[in-house]
Amino acid sequence: MSATGTTSHSRLADLVGSTNVSIEPEQLASFEIDGMRPAAVLRPESKAHVAEIVKFAGSEKLSVIASGGRTKLNIGLPPKRYDLALDMSALNKIIAYDPGDLTLSVEAGTRLLEVGKALAQHGQFLPLAVPSLRHTTVGGIVASGVDGPLRQFYGTARDFLLGLEFVTGEGVSAKSGGRVVKNVTGYDIHKLMIGSLGTLGVITSLNFKTFPLPMSPRGFVARFRSAAQACDLRNRIAKSPLTPITLDILSPRCAELFVSDAASRFETAPLPANVLSSTEWAVTVGYAGNEKVLARYEADLRRISQESGATNVTVLAENLNAAWTRKREFIPIALASSPATTIVKITVLPARMNDALTAAQNAAESNSLPWAALARGLGIIYFALLPSAQDDESRKRVVSVTTAMHEACAKLGGQSTIPWCPTAWKPYLKIWGLENPNFPQMQKIKTVFDSQGVLSPGRFVGGL
Amino acid sequence: MKSELLRDLKSLLGDDAVLHRPEELLLYEYDGSVEIARPTCVVFPRTTAHVQQIVKLANQYQTPLIGRGAGTGLSGGALARNGGILTVFSRMNRILDIDLENQRATVQPGVVNSDLSAAVAHAGLHFAPDPSSQKACTIGGNVSENSGGPHTLAYGVTTNHTLSLEAVLPTGELIRIGNPALDPTGYDLMGLFVGSEGTLALITEITVKLTRLPETVKTLLAVFETLDDATETVVDITARGITPAACEMLDGWTLRAVEAYVHAGFPLDCAAVLLLEVDGVKEAAEQHAEDVAEICRKHHAREVRVARDARERDLLWKGRKNAFGAVGRLSATYYVQDGVIPRTKLPATLRHINEIGKKYGFQIGNIFHAGDGNLHPLILFDARDQDQFRRVIAASDEIIKFCIDMGGAITGEHGVGMEKDRLMPLLFTEAELGVMSRVRDAFNPSGLLNPDKIFPSKKGCGEIHIRPLPVHGTAPQPTNAPGVPAA
Repeated sequence: MSATGTTSHSRLADLVGSTNVSIEPEQLASFEIDGMRPAAVLRPESKAHVAEIVKFAGSEKLSVIASGGRTKLNIGLPPKRYDLALDMSALNKIIAYDPGDLTLSVEAGTRLLEVGKALAQHGQFLPLAVPSLRHTTVGGIVASGVDGPLRQFYGTARDFLLGLEFVTGEGVSAKSGGRVVKNVTGYDIHKLMIGSLGTLGVITSLNFKTFPLPMSPRGFVARFRSAAQACDLRNRIAKSPLTPITLDILSPRCAELFVSDAASRFETAPLPANVLSSTEWAVTVGYAGNEKVLARYEADLRRISQESGATNVTVLAENLNAAWTRKREFIPIALASSPATTIVKITVLPARMNDALTAAQNAAESNSLPWAALARGLGIIYFALLPSAQDDESRKRVVSVTTAMHEACAKLGGQSTIPWCPTAWKPYLKIWGLENPNFPQMQKIKTVFDSQGVLSPGRFVGGL
Repeated sequence: MKSELLRDLKSLLGDDAVLHRPEELLLYEYDGSVEIARPTCVVFPRTTAHVQQIVKLANQYQTPLIGRGAGTGLSGGALARNGGILTVFSRMNRILDIDLENQRATVQPGVVNSDLSAAVAHAGLHFAPDPSSQKACTIGGNVSENSGGPHTLAYGVTTNHTLSLEAVLPTGELIRIGNPALDPTGYDLMGLFVGSEGTLALITEITVKLTRLPETVKTLLAVFETLDDATETVVDITARGITPAACEMLDGWTLRAVEAYVHAGFPLDCAAVLLLEVDGVKEAAEQHAEDVAEICRKHHAREVRVARDARERDLLWKGRKNAFGAVGRLSATYYVQDGVIPRTKLPATLRHINEIGKKYGFQIGNIFHAGDGNLHPLILFDARDQDQFRRVIAASDEIIKFCIDMGGAITGEHGVGMEKDRLMPLLFTEAELGVMSRVRDAFNPSGLLNPDKIFPSKKGCGEIHIRPLPVHGTAPQPTNAPGVPAA
């Protein structure tokens, strides 16, 4: 838009009001994505504003990228172009909350923390404990498709997003789903928006099912000499009657990462001593309930941990939060722990996690790259490569390791992507994994919602 | 053209896999709804390759193509609205793979819902979606309709349990979407295809999650003198942080109809009962059962019964799951609605439904998933009477409009199909329907696959689709319909 200059600026001001348009260099810099700066930052105050902006952008052949807390903007390929940044922070109201109905309708730019406060007053919550929790917005969580430890029990947004409103690439205001907890009226368009990185629509509001806050949460941590033993405990829990709230496996290096300066940015309370060991794997299990339930979980977990060969177990109660926050914030902590952190997301069938972890570990170690991993019990592994520098040598090693991981993962019947890495390395890495056989179907969908490529162009699978 | 199409279909599938004589087609005019539509022919593929060839022939002869499982649907989704090849998946009914370690099963679309659960019960697993028709309905149908059931309150609906699909697009293209592992890369094609009511693809293979059976299940029956007490109980249970596995309500009239049929020992003189189930580890289920019983009593429950064993539990559920059959004994036909409302609006909505019944002169029974506000009003009428048919549609529309006014939706689990397509504009703008229909057109460009479903016809929403049931001496009983109606 650089060529359009002041004319465009005044037209944008007409759309959203002059105070909601910024071309200040500092402001533009703070909306940078993969080193690209927008020509203007717009702050819509309504869904109508969003629709007007997108229509304007379409007519001017400009591109639009919406963002909330700007905590996950580096996911995906660099945008093909980035003219207008949509700062969704003014769309920050709870539209409706009916505790008795367990439903919440909220504007996209609302921070999850604010939502949490409102819900907690009624003993409820939205089980979306995703990384960068302090700054993240509900719209950003859904558009980026990130997950959190609570998915073990509650699932992801996909399982409790009831509907949403959005603006298509043509500037059409639309909605999908509804505000009731059960609904099959029309296609589930809202599911398409999850994890689509804003390439299909600008989400303006979302409806969720809410949940009762679990009572008296506890944490159980068991340490093991090997990943195989840790995975064995995971398998035993899956076969048991227990239904824990969280279940994650941590690699040995997490012990070091979680007490680093990077970790203290997210949690000031110290990690309870002796919970993790820098030479051992750990399985962390969250559960909740009345005293009898807590006692049952603890007894069962102690017993089956022993069967799996645990060297040490810890039960966390009042000091649970210090450990819990670190587990939730594994990704940002890892990102802050190396100048060139590259995180591979691997999804495999749960019983193949040990094979996937072994393959990833072998690839990293044969290339002399430090690494750390967090694996969710459902078969999702975040494998962080932590090179000591962002140089050519490190890049070559990371390319070699990730290539091996993509192949190993495909052999195991799973998939792998690289959601986080240095921008400069993106051209060298397979960010979206191996070739996607469903690309033609995805292209069809992109064409329906954004045929002109106005919205977040180029960031998604195959450059959609 | 028809004879050439039949000839080609027979040479593809064999004579015994193609039906076309009027008396053969009669059974396939129906599903579990009150809609009727006769297909041009009915075919029974045995393989994915067969399905691909059928799609090819449909394109060659420009004939509509409709998928069908057991025909238990309640919105006419599996009817050939304007003729065409009805592709019935009952012979593609093999369980292809069971992976106990990873809690996955891969099935052909014609596998019956409860057969899958039975096949994995020995390992303490089940397929969680449990529509009332689960002994007849197929998993392919469940996926197409995104079916629910009583236990979806805690366990989710079909879309929450379906991981990957093999499907044939109306263009003939074979696709495989999703992944048995979670979080498949790219747009959530599974989310779009599950519940698309057979308008995007014919499903040929499905991988689902299997869920561990709870260690302990407690089933309670609470008897109330007023509907308000029953509905307030529902809200209060969640306010106490309990998510029951199921929370079903039957009103007094329905209860009496059910008791006369199943003899479950339901009380005959109350306004409503709640059928509640809590489950989990023993300690949690026992505590929740106590809490739920206490909440029921706080809201003036006259009686709270706790099933003492599996037999008593089954008896209580038999009353619920056979309720539609019980009502079928009392009336030649009934019309079942599927509106959803925020559950705090239950008392007002039930009162309004009662008034609508009086206004139109119909007995309406209410049986529903109270926990998630999914209503199933059963309007008793005689479909042989064209005037009654017209009035029952009008009464039903009024109920749906009220649900929408309450902030609800048209259908919670039965689908839009050909029954509620004309009501879609009440919920969605023209632009919104435009977006959805462009999604359909992207995958079903010629419109040959399940045409005239979900989307309102261009004729506008005032037109009512009325085709009274034919009279064959006596009125056809709903239980004679092909399959068991779902709920």
